Amino acid sequence: MSTADTDIGAGAPLPSPAESRRTPGLVPVAETMRTAERHAPEIIASPEPPPARGTWAFWRLLGSELGLTFRRPRNLELLAVLGAVPILIGVGLKLAAGSADDPEMGGILQDVAGNSLMLTFMSFSFLVLLLMPVAISVVAGDSIAGEAGTGTLRYLLAAPAGRTRLLGVKYLNAVVFAYAATVVVALSALLTGLILFPGGSVTLLSGTTVSMADGLLRILITVGYVGAGMAALAAVALALSTFTEVAIGAIAGTMVLVIVCQVVRAIPDLAPILPYLLPTRFTDFDAVLRSPIDTASLRDGLLTFGAYIALFGSIAWARFSGKDITS
Amino acid sequence: MTAVTQEAGAPFGAAPPSGDSEAASEAIVTRGLTKRFRGGQVAVDALDLAVPRGSVFGFLGPNGSGKTTTIRMLLGLVAPTAGEYSVLGLPPAHALPRVGALVEGPAFYPYLSGAANLMRFDAADPTAQRATAKRRIGEALERVGLSAAAGKRYRNYSLGMRQRLAIAAALLGPRELLILDEPTNGLDPQGTREVRALVREIAADGTTVFVSSHLLGEVEQMCTHAAIMRTGKLVAQGTIASLSSGRVARVKVETPDAADAARVLGTLGLADVRAGDGEVTAELGGHAPEEINAALVGQGVAVRGLAVERPSLEDVFVGLTGEGFDVDG
Repeated sequence: MSTADTDIGAGAPLPSPAESRRTPGLVPVAETMRTAERHAPEIIASPEPPPARGTWAFWRLLGSELGLTFRRPRNLELLAVLGAVPILIGVGLKLAAGSADDPEMGGILQDVAGNSLMLTFMSFSFLVLLLMPVAISVVAGDSIAGEAGTGTLRYLLAAPAGRTRLLGVKYLNAVVFAYAATVVVALSALLTGLILFPGGSVTLLSGTTVSMADGLLRILITVGYVGAGMAALAAVALALSTFTEVAIGAIAGTMVLVIVCQVVRAIPDLAPILPYLLPTRFTDFDAVLRSPIDTASLRDGLLTFGAYIALFGSIAWARFSGKDITS
Repeated sequence: MTAVTQEAGAPFGAAPPSGDSEAASEAIVTRGLTKRFRGGQVAVDALDLAVPRGSVFGFLGPNGSGKTTTIRMLLGLVAPTAGEYSVLGLPPAHALPRVGALVEGPAFYPYLSGAANLMRFDAADPTAQRATAKRRIGEALERVGLSAAAGKRYRNYSLGMRQRLAIAAALLGPRELLILDEPTNGLDPQGTREVRALVREIAADGTTVFVSSHLLGEVEQMCTHAAIMRTGKLVAQGTIASLSSGRVARVKVETPDAADAARVLGTLGLADVRAGDGEVTAELGGHAPEEINAALVGQGVAVRGLAVERPSLEDVFVGLTGEGFDVDG
């Protein structure tokens, strides 16, 4: 087929969609932003192709994003609250252990008061239910919706940040925040535990005693696992974030989902669907307290997180890459 | 490729009036560009726009006529329902690094300073060099007169400062095309003059400037070309002179001897002579006003006043879009 004479002077017919010839410079709608991004940019003949700085540009935008997230007072306050909770729990347990020798309190209290590392597991089992999901939802739910709400999204995309690139950066940023939150909780609990309670070997749920070093390793695994769970929740919040221009809507939507899951867990008849719910998997980090570590449980949890990330990541991408930005 | 459907049956022969469809000479070309929103409302209807490179192009239209939707399509923010378009001869997504834009007012992070905000948007441009960012941001702020407020939080900026910062963001890199949507909104008269001067200065460097506005005087002063939109349709486009050419300059003579004056003007060969109460008007044509005056006085007509009325863009505009247009806005 001749593509040499694609002159479209007055009266020339529109090249039919079936033909592959194209008017120089004119791009059919089907090949605009959305599809152009899916293909490698190189395939489009361009007199001056943009410099191939893709990777650097990605890291620079991620750096900018992280800078915004970790300098924003609201996010720092969230981290501070998360860090304060283990201290409160630790002090409370210390006081309870010191004052009342209530035999009913026995179990948990003795476990925690008996060893400095147990406070970390105790803090996680409390925080993963609600407080950590709140912090992660705030950052991930705000990511696209917040920019749309303030109107900065249109300028980022006109810069042009690229929709897929921006979404990838936003998600990685939320994952980094999720791990930051997890590490803050772990460090705060660890320090509080070391100050308030005796160190030494750790007695696990199964009754076995392991060394302090082994206990620290198990905390490390917990951080990795809980962080991955929060990253999965971040994918859900990010997907919701692409559907609205009101950040609080995406944040509240994610929280509603988390709470509904907690309610479902309390209904015995719905037990069969429990393994598929994220919050059920959050608390499965207690597999590290078995001896030996219940790796099957951790693996199933991580697979669930991976499935959530793949599913909701796809939803977010499908929605965001074709969305009309009218804010 | 079923997305390329010809809506509204606009023939492709209805090429841009320039007649030159060579994309390289046009900064923006659209053909049959249509946007129908989900509610069924047609915001832009079969738009054929041709913005020559190097022009200062005024994009005029009443509020809600589809100007902003068109700009959003040009920036790849909104996907067209039908039609073809190119920016700098490329699909918008590829042209954007060389396009500076101000769309529907400024939008920045309130908790960041002006300079930090610009750094944020510079980071979003994959072609921008990190190493030169500081210098380019300094220059952009300097250009819009915001250097003194560079470290101040955006939250504390006045409306005019916010508008200037948005223009600075559009000037962060070397641009071949600047798309400015209502650039003088919220600026005081001094700021408006500065923006006009800035636009002229940018255009003098060879950058094409596409300015949407509903301030006709502003467009008339700044622009070389203009297009006029009405309810999503393009009603006229071309050079400012060609747009005004439909309405010719008229000479108006104030005189108590209207009938005599009309006769004199007729003998001089002026067309469309209209005698009124105490005044006579006629198309000026190629005649010199002083020559007309001399002829009138020579024939004993008492001339109290003589004026040449040239049609303003506003007259053209109102003629095309109707009186309902909110000229001031």
